[in-house]
Amino acid sequence: MSRSIKKGPFIAKHLYKKVLEKNKTNDKKIIKTYSRCSTVIPEMVGMTISVYNGKTWIPVYVTENLVGHKLGEFSPTRMFRGHSGSDKKAKAE
Amino acid sequence: MARIAGIDLPNKHLDIALTYIYGLGRASAIEICEKTGVSTEKRINDLTAEEINLLRKVIENEYKVEGRLRTEVSLNIKRLMDIGSYRGLRHRRGLPVRGQRTRTNARTRKGKKKTVAGKRKK
Repeated sequence: MSRSIKKGPFIAKHLYKKVLEKNKTNDKKIIKTYSRCSTVIPEMVGMTISVYNGKTWIPVYVTENLVGHKLGEFSPTRMFRGHSGSDKKAKAE
Repeated sequence: MARIAGIDLPNKHLDIALTYIYGLGRASAIEICEKTGVSTEKRINDLTAEEINLLRKVIENEYKVEGRLRTEVSLNIKRLMDIGSYRGLRHRRGLPVRGQRTRTNARTRKGKKKTVAGKRKK
């Protein structure tokens, strides 16, 4: 079920405050955030936001297409590097 | 045989036959019958030319079916892939998109089993 419209999109308050400030001062510094669950709002377009994935911050450049998605969607938390080869392969190397 | 939205409809009850069109299920099929005033009990071969035309008009104007629907769906998927979101990534990899397990099952997305040598426990 989707979120009630009355509430509006969710965005963490501390992040929202920073975004608004950035919009006013127009500086291009990257915002670092842990708030993966915040929605991308139109005010963020054009900014770069670094989203924590549990290990590092992944810079996300926000374009219009990203509006309405959550920040965490653009900062993958798992890296799959492939399985180790079979024994034969490993020996040959 | 009636041809609607580029599909030959089989000779069945109207509400069933309409579901052969991609994008129409039972609910929308019955809705269409109510809108056009054609009985759902009628079989396709018993429809008059006017009724077929009426159906065609309603489906073309008010529903997104077949080609147009397919392109919309694939565009949506393409958008997810282009913005580099997690869902797009899963589409690209051919893995389940909505958080299902992949340790076992997930065969619909992953396709037929590929056996890996030496997977048995010693």
